[in-house]
Amino acid sequence: MQLSKDKLIDAYTRMKKIRVFEETMRDEFAKGTVPAFIHLYIGQEAIASGICVELNDNDTIASTHRGHGHCLAKNSNLERMTMEIFCRADGLCEGKGGSMHIADLSVGMLGANAIVGANAPIAVGAALRQRVMGENLVSAAFIGDGASNQGAVFEAMNLASVLKLPVLFVFENNGYAEFTGVDYHCGGGDIAGRAEGFGMPSYKLDGSDFFAVQEAAAEAVERARKGEGPSAIECYAKRWYGHFEGDPQHYRTKEELETIRKDNDPLIIFRQKVEEAGLVESSELDIIDDDLTSKVFNAVEKAKNSPLPNVEELTTNVYEKGSY
Amino acid sequence: MTVKTYREAIIEAMILEMKRDEKVFVIGEDISGGRGCEDFEGEAAGGPMGLTQGLWDEFGAKRVIDTPISETAIMGAAAGAALSGLRPIAELMFSDFFGVCFDQIYNQAAKFRFMYGDQGATPLVIRTMIGAGIGCGPQHSQSPYSIFANIPGLKVVTPSNPYDAKGLLISSIRDNDPVIFCEHKALLGMDGEVPDESYEVPLGKGKILKEGNDISIVAIGQMVGVVQNCIKSLEEKGISAEIIDPRSLSPFDDEMVYDSVEKTGRLLVLDESNPVCSFGSWITSMVSEEVFSSLKAPTKVLTPPHCPVPAAPNLEAAYLPDVETIISASENLKNYS
Ligand SMILES: Cc1ncc(C[n+]2csc(CCOP(=O)(O)OP(=O)(O)O)c2C)c(N)n1
Ligand SMILES: [Mg+2]
Repeated sequence: MQLSKDKLIDAYTRMKKIRVFEETMRDEFAKGTVPAFIHLYIGQEAIASGICVELNDNDTIASTHRGHGHCLAKNSNLERMTMEIFCRADGLCEGKGGSMHIADLSVGMLGANAIVGANAPIAVGAALRQRVMGENLVSAAFIGDGASNQGAVFEAMNLASVLKLPVLFVFENNGYAEFTGVDYHCGGGDIAGRAEGFGMPSYKLDGSDFFAVQEAAAEAVERARKGEGPSAIECYAKRWYGHFEGDPQHYRTKEELETIRKDNDPLIIFRQKVEEAGLVESSELDIIDDDLTSKVFNAVEKAKNSPLPNVEELTTNVYEKGSY
Repeated sequence: MTVKTYREAIIEAMILEMKRDEKVFVIGEDISGGRGCEDFEGEAAGGPMGLTQGLWDEFGAKRVIDTPISETAIMGAAAGAALSGLRPIAELMFSDFFGVCFDQIYNQAAKFRFMYGDQGATPLVIRTMIGAGIGCGPQHSQSPYSIFANIPGLKVVTPSNPYDAKGLLISSIRDNDPVIFCEHKALLGMDGEVPDESYEVPLGKGKILKEGNDISIVAIGQMVGVVQNCIKSLEEKGISAEIIDPRSLSPFDDEMVYDSVEKTGRLLVLDESNPVCSFGSWITSMVSEEVFSSLKAPTKVLTPPHCPVPAAPNLEAAYLPDVETIISASENLKNYS
């Protein structure tokens, strides 16, 4: 664990921000204020954060339907992202995308995506900037265990491998694709192993351990920047809540839920590690907690009080302004 | 007769046909949802919208085949199974996902009969969910039936109520060509009288929901319910509308529409697809070609504007043709001179 204190604080902040944000979204959804289905990232915070602390603004990520955590980990604008989830005029996507389509290109967040697996080739495309323009960048795709079965994902892995592109295929194995277990849907059961078949180095690790993710990410990013091509990182971390809010979760037991919340809380694991190693004081982290709670609260209040898009805006943004 | 929902009608049609013919099977994502999980307890989910609920319990894993998220493989396997003598019902959870798997539908299944010299049939049903109106956003709310109807070899069905949903699905399963069966997500909970026994609603036969003399209104899918909400206001304005639900788009009951337009002299089509090359524009084009001399006013199509389906609820509400637009369009046609 050779991370600087600043980086540890940064990492914790990203993870905690996701937790507080998603818990707040859960409450808001229950209150009926969120206009669409939402898919919460709680339980998987260490994955997005462990990858994104190794990236900078010029690096890109392509996300999924479960995208709030990726947005926050990539430092998307909190207020405008919240507004987008509430479909407001000043949201990042002007209210036209909503929870499953949040994008913040200014920080290299190429979009949440409601077509499972579609983000993998998009991340490969962003990585072409290295080959075409000689740019120093890395591009990561977050891919669920379920999404890993899409043809688009296999084609993307092969293309990235053939062209030696700077891509991280981050497989988030959270145990389920909707209501179907990974044991059932994944032939061979070894997602990272499939990536190896395409000739790329791959990792399998505990996705609730920030340090495991971050170390793998650091190695993969270094290789990618040097032009040595793509890597795959398979992270195990079960989601804590339903596929979407409102999912009664008949397909798993209460014991499973209790166990993951007790033994696999990425925030508790992180705190234990840094506090035991004497790297950060618990009180310092508590201050961050309080700060994030009020930031998220304010963002949500601001979003709820901001206007919906103007109806005249319905047909804008289909093409470049003035070109059609 | 019993009152059933659109969703229940669809499930009942599948159960009846699976009992009748052991070659009929269902394949798709999460259709038994959860049954594959080790610790499974409780009821199989039957997909996120419960459209296959109960099938697994009745027929088991042999004929209710849960798949990975691999639409190309699902549609291709269903096409191949159909070509080889089975009668698959393949579920494409949201019609928007056709983008992932369209080759298997339009280059393969749709063309087998033609390009293989009529050697075999392709009795394939693709059940898929269409439609805007419940806040699913740009990639889960589209109605691509005009794209499907554009393809020779595919049949396309758009039930607007529980009775038709059951009868059309039974006919689709018995049909020997690929049928895209478009279920509207905003209608799943709709109630209606549905007989318990098996019955067919023939493909290519429309239905006149109300007779009238001033204007023929053809409404597709969800639009049927919307236009029914206009009838009273139209009558108050002295407009007697004849309302037609074509029920299937391909084959299309053009004779029914021609006969109606010959009587009324005016045509309004309500269509939820994108306006450019919409199915509605095809209807008006056929009418202009075939019964031009009967027309007393230009034909009119109401669709959403040329934009994706927005997430914001107020924009989505403005996206779909509504009662007011329909009434004012009808008045314009009636008063045209
Ligand atoms: C191409 C496509 N097929 C199906 C779906 C419906 N769907 C949405 S999320 C999901 C499950 C995704 O599972 P996974 O990739 O493991 O991600 P997780 O939800 O676990 O984060 C499915 C089947 C979709 N959105 N896109
Ligand atoms: Mg998953």
